[in-house]
Amino acid sequence: MAEPLLQLTELTKHFPLKRRRVVVHAVDGISLSIGEHESLGLVGESGCGKSTAGRLVARLQEPTSGTVSYRGQDISHWSRRRMRPIRSEIQMIFQDPYASLNPRHTVGTIIGGPMEVNGLRPTERGIKELLEIVGLNPEHYNRFPHEFSGGQRQRIGVARALALKPRLIVADEPVSALDVSIQAQVVNLLQRLRREMGIAFLFIAHDLAVVRHFSQRVAVMYLGKIVEIGDRDSLYERPRHPYTHALLSAVPDPDPDTPRRERIRLAGDVPSPVNPPSGCRFRTRCWKARDRCALEEPPLVRLGGNAEGHLTACHFPEAPTTHGSDVVLDPALS
Amino acid sequence: MATVVLPETAEPTVTIGLSPGRIAWRRFKRNRTGVFCFFVSATFFIIAATAPLISLAYGKNAHERYGYRLLDASGYPPPPTGGMSPEFWLGIEPGLGRDVFMQLVFGIRTSLAIALIATVGLMLIGITVGIAAGYLGGRTDYWAGRVIDVLLAFPSQLMLIALVPVVDSMLVGPEEATPTWLRFATLCIVLTALGWAGSARILRSQVLSLREREFVEAAKVSGASPARIIFREILPNLWSPIIVLATWQLPILVGVEAGLGFLGVGLGPDVPDWGRMFLEGVQYYHLDFPYLLWPGLAMLIFIVCFNLMGDAIRDALDPKTKGL
Repeated sequence: MAEPLLQLTELTKHFPLKRRRVVVHAVDGISLSIGEHESLGLVGESGCGKSTAGRLVARLQEPTSGTVSYRGQDISHWSRRRMRPIRSEIQMIFQDPYASLNPRHTVGTIIGGPMEVNGLRPTERGIKELLEIVGLNPEHYNRFPHEFSGGQRQRIGVARALALKPRLIVADEPVSALDVSIQAQVVNLLQRLRREMGIAFLFIAHDLAVVRHFSQRVAVMYLGKIVEIGDRDSLYERPRHPYTHALLSAVPDPDPDTPRRERIRLAGDVPSPVNPPSGCRFRTRCWKARDRCALEEPPLVRLGGNAEGHLTACHFPEAPTTHGSDVVLDPALS
Repeated sequence: MATVVLPETAEPTVTIGLSPGRIAWRRFKRNRTGVFCFFVSATFFIIAATAPLISLAYGKNAHERYGYRLLDASGYPPPPTGGMSPEFWLGIEPGLGRDVFMQLVFGIRTSLAIALIATVGLMLIGITVGIAAGYLGGRTDYWAGRVIDVLLAFPSQLMLIALVPVVDSMLVGPEEATPTWLRFATLCIVLTALGWAGSARILRSQVLSLREREFVEAAKVSGASPARIIFREILPNLWSPIIVLATWQLPILVGVEAGLGFLGVGLGPDVPDWGRMFLEGVQYYHLDFPYLLWPGLAMLIFIVCFNLMGDAIRDALDPKTKGL
């Protein structure tokens, strides 16, 4: 197999809490890889550590342990200077289009900023081209962010990420702050960029339909751990981890007339990441949990009956179901 | 039959966006009180800047005792106007017989110069400390915070009165007389040194919230240096609070400077100064009220107008929040 573009190995990030000498286990030993031109979706509930994982990849945070390797080089503790040659290759798109653009700069300055930092001279023509690529009027070059709508702002954010011709984009919930109608436009824009420019994506989201539309492979996170990872179709149609199954069953059905289908309601809340449960972290909310789940942490392995690359961390996995109709796509996306 | 003539649209329109600063300027221009007060305040600054020219046109200066012969035996100008006449517009100073109008004009010059220099100085320190504490955080933030606490806990008027002679004696030997420019510098230094803490604290809190914003992270992801992040990403967002803080500090400093003059630790008796005019006016007010009235009126108008202008600027910069 060819060397992956990005490889995370046992990546861990703990945030110390000042008061009580305890740590928040935000990301607790995740391993995954992203190949060239590939999009990996990272899904999970709020607070499961998916954003922290993205920020570790973008080197906005120092990992506590584990490594981030980019094209075979361990970059997890590189300084800003050392990162310089590959800085342009890993870019990020942010969640909140209202906070991610400096309100005091024009669109041209915002998009040209990364080029300046990396020693490229931003030209008006180049920036206008970028604006055109992301579907904005190039004449808006001199406008300020407050003159744009949320979707347009997110496109500016995309243009800024594209300015350095990256090979990997970390998209941290790029559409969750947008209207549903706008979400589809932005996702389709990203889809087009991925296909045409061959950019690999780490696509962080909590919307399963969006991830299914966008990513070839999907990883499900729960409380700082990856509980299941696999190819899109394999994971969506034959989820083996109870948590994945529950998440998929919770996807809303846009048609009110379809007969009610099975839904799994999870009891309780996500436990505190300060003091995660022993063994399997999902056991406190799992309807299948037994003694073994508390004692022994399930390894992330390929289960019998799974496609290659479909790994599940569960002692008592679900039967490989095949009713794909369980999951309904947002019609705006198809 | 009607023909519709379409307006010619030959030139391609170039869209130029309005920066937040220009929008604020437009909003400010719509605020009549603000604009009026801006012109009044500007007049004071123009008077201060052109005081020697006014003196030339008026034909008198601030230190000659033109009206000495008009004072009565006990040194008072003719009541009830304090000796106002076409020759002496605002009357004659009791005791010394100097021209009150010139005293007032040069007094504006002294007060505004000290207040302006001290404002610039304390804003520079406030911005530097605020950004350093807010952006670097950790130990820097902790120690900057403690220094600010201590400075804000001092009763600053008392500290000023106590510090001015101390700084003076540090700079001048005990036998020498303090030159005026040195006293001027001392006042600026002391006002700056005791005044920056409040601004630093407010700017620190602004930087704390700005540095967590996603556009700062976007700059970091592109590999920007801390200097670039501070000057290109954070500082442009600090101009609003900086302007608001400066327009709030300046009239306070004018008042404080006059207070120091009133308490006798201002500039020497040869230098026209509002504070000293108050000090003397209080001694004479029962027989020569106008002498107290003029500096009082001038200062009242200036401080009220400058504050109202500051309010208008604040409203223009941030129409959503009321109060600093």
